[in-house]
Amino acid sequence: MMLRTAARRRAAATAAAACTLAVALTACSGTTKDSAAKDNSNAGGAATAKADPDAPLKKGLKLAFLPKQVNNPYEKIVDEAGIAAAEEYGGTGKEVGPSDASASSQVSYINTLIQQRQDAILIAANDPNAVCGPLRQAMAKGIKVVAYDSDTAKDCRQLFINQASSEQIGRGLVRNLGKQLDHRGKIAILSATQNATNQNTWISFMKEELKLPEYRDMKLVKVAYGDDDDQKSFQQTQGLLQAYPDLKGIISPTTVGIAAAARYLSDSSYKGKVVLNGLGTPNQMRTYVKDGTVAQFSLWNPEELGYLGSYAAAALASGQITGAEGERFTAGRLGEYTVGKDGEVILGEPTVFDKNNIDTFDF
Amino acid sequence: MAMAPETGTAPGSSAREPAGAWVRAAGPRWDTAVGVLLVAVFVVGLAGTDGFASGGNLAFAFNDIAEVALIALPMTLLVVAGQVDLSVASMLGLGSALTGALWNAGWAFEMIVPVVLLTGIAGGLLNGWLVTRVGLPSLAVTIGTLALYRGLASVVLGSDAVTGFPHTYASWAVDTTTIPGTFVTYPIALFLVLAVVTGVVLHSTAFGRSLFAIGAQEEAAYFAGIRVKRFKLILFVVTGLFAAFAGIVFTLRYGSARADNGLGFEMLVIASVLLGGIDFDGGRGTLFGAVAGVLLIGVLRNLLTLNDVANEVQVIVTGLLLVGSVLTPRVVAAAVERRHRRTAGAGTVPPESEASSPSSAS
Repeated sequence: MMLRTAARRRAAATAAAACTLAVALTACSGTTKDSAAKDNSNAGGAATAKADPDAPLKKGLKLAFLPKQVNNPYEKIVDEAGIAAAEEYGGTGKEVGPSDASASSQVSYINTLIQQRQDAILIAANDPNAVCGPLRQAMAKGIKVVAYDSDTAKDCRQLFINQASSEQIGRGLVRNLGKQLDHRGKIAILSATQNATNQNTWISFMKEELKLPEYRDMKLVKVAYGDDDDQKSFQQTQGLLQAYPDLKGIISPTTVGIAAAARYLSDSSYKGKVVLNGLGTPNQMRTYVKDGTVAQFSLWNPEELGYLGSYAAAALASGQITGAEGERFTAGRLGEYTVGKDGEVILGEPTVFDKNNIDTFDF
Repeated sequence: MAMAPETGTAPGSSAREPAGAWVRAAGPRWDTAVGVLLVAVFVVGLAGTDGFASGGNLAFAFNDIAEVALIALPMTLLVVAGQVDLSVASMLGLGSALTGALWNAGWAFEMIVPVVLLTGIAGGLLNGWLVTRVGLPSLAVTIGTLALYRGLASVVLGSDAVTGFPHTYASWAVDTTTIPGTFVTYPIALFLVLAVVTGVVLHSTAFGRSLFAIGAQEEAAYFAGIRVKRFKLILFVVTGLFAAFAGIVFTLRYGSARADNGLGFEMLVIASVLLGGIDFDGGRGTLFGAVAGVLLIGVLRNLLTLNDVANEVQVIVTGLLLVGSVLTPRVVAAAVERRHRRTAGAGTVPPESEASSPSSAS
C-alpha cells in the first residue's frame, strides 16, 4: 500500500489504541441490547380516549392507503376496495406509496400524509419498526393509524386488520387437504424461508391440527423451503417427490411456492395423483385449476380486507372505537366486528377457490 | 426561520476572487444556477404548497436526505479527481447490517461504532488498492464491490431486521430532535459542519488543488509532483468511512438495521453531485454546487410528494434534471467556444475551455 513503514506503524498503533479504548468503555458503561430494552420501554404509549359506540360515521373523512409498494396488483385490489368503501360513507380515499418495497421508502410518505392532515393512514408496513417514529408522530397529531396486511410494531398503530387468524389458516389448510385425501397418506409442506414468522406460525398450527385423532393415518414427512424463489420452490417440489415416491399431498402456504409446485406437477406424471393445496392467488392458479392439477386452494379476499380496513379507520376517526379490546363496530355490508387483543381485527375464514368460483376473482 | 441556510454556510458563496478556482472552475457557473434554482424551488414551496413551510416538514425534508448528503461530500472530491465510488450504498448497508448483527450479539453500541467505521475504512482501502495498485478503473472496481459489500451485508444479517437501538443515540438521528429553535436536525447540522470543512479542503488547500489537477490531467499532475496514487487512496478510504458512518445514521434514524438498507442510494448520491455541476470527467466543480444539488433533490422530492406526484414521475423528474445538469454546461461551453472562435482569431481561447472535456471541444 501507499503508506510507508513509519506511517503504517503509526496507523496500526492508533487503531489498536482505539480498540482498547472501546473495549474499556464497554466494560465500564456500554449501552447493550439488555440495558437499552429498559431504557426504551418507558417510551411511547398511545393516549387512551373514550369510545362512543353510538357516534355516527363522520362525513368527509380523508383516508390514505400506503401499500408496501404501488403497482403491486394484490395491494391495488385491497386499496381500491378501501377507497370505494370510503365513498360509501361520504369520505374520500387515495393510494400513495413508494415504487420499491424497501424498508425506509414508506417513511417520506407518512410525513407527507401528516402534513396533508389526513384523518387516517392505512399502512401495510414493509418494516414494522422503520415506520414507527413517523406513525407515532401521526397519532400524536390526532391522525388514526390502521395497519393492514402486514403489521407494524404494536404501539405504532391503533388497529391491525388481519386477513385471517394464523390458527384459522394453519388448521384450515390441513382440514381441506385431509378431506381431499380422505385423511390418509404421507404429506409434505413447501414453505417460504426458514425464518419467515407468518409461515412458521401457520406450520405450527398445521402440526397441532395433525395431532387430532382423525389424522392418525396422515403423516407429515418433511417441511421444505423454497425461499419464495420460483426456481428454488420448483426444485424443492421435484426433490420432495423423488425422496418420497408415495407422497400423497403437498401444502404450500405461500403464493410463490404453490404456483411453482403446480407448474412442476402439471407437466409431470404426478399430475392428478399428488394433491396440492395451499395459499395462492386466483390469477396465478387459474390454469392449474382448469387443467386439473389443483382442485382447490385458499386465500383471504383482498377486496374485503380493504373494505374492512376502510370502515375500521372511519370508526376510529369518528370516535366509535379507540382500538381497545372488546370494542365493536359495523363494517358496512360485512357486518359487525369486534376488536381483539392488541387492537387486532380479524377479517374471517379464508376464501376457498375452486373451478366453480375462480372466474369471479381477478387478482 | 432561516431561509436557505445553505447559501450562507457553504463556502462557494463567498466572493473571494483570488481563490479563483471556487468560482472559475464551474465554467458557465452552473453551481450558481443550481443555487438559484434551489432558492426558487424553496420559495415556490413556501408560497404554494400546504404543509411545506412547517418546521416539522422542513426538518423532515432535510433529515430525509442526511445519509445521501453525508456521502455526497467525499463523493464530490472523488468525482473532482476523476474517480467514482458506486459501492457507497452497499457499504451503508454493510454498516447497518453489522450494527444490527453486533447489537444482536450483545455488543455495546459504543463498541459497535468504531468496528463499523473500521469496516468502512477497510472497504475504502480495498477499493483504493484495486484502483491505485492493480490499476483498474474505479467504475469497474466499485461495480464489483457494490455487489460484494451488499452480499457481505446479507451474509452478516440475512433477511432479519434488528431493532430496539438505545434511545439515547437514536434520538440524535430522528427528525423530531432539532437544534432548539431551528428546524436543523443533528445529522444535517453535522453535514453542514463537514461541508464547510470539505469546502475548505477542496478549495483552499494544496490537497484540494491537486485533486482538480488529477481530475483534469492525471499524467500532468503526476509529473508536476503530485502523489496521485496516494491521494486517490485517501479519497477512497474517506468515502468508505463516510458511507459506513452513514450506515449507522440510517440505522438509528429508522430504528431498523437491515442488509437492504439504502438500496440504490449510490445513484441518488451521484445524481446530486452531478446535478451540482461537478464534471463527471473530473477537474471541475465546486463544493457549493454539490451541496446545492443535494439539497435541491431533497426539497424537490419533498415538494413532489406533498403534491401527491406519483413516485414514477418523481424518478422521471430527477432523471431529467440530471440529464439537464450534465448537458447544459456542455452545451453552453460549446456555444461560448464557437462564438469565441468566430469573433477572435487564434490564441484567445477563454480560460474555461482549457479544462473542458474532449467531448465538448469536438
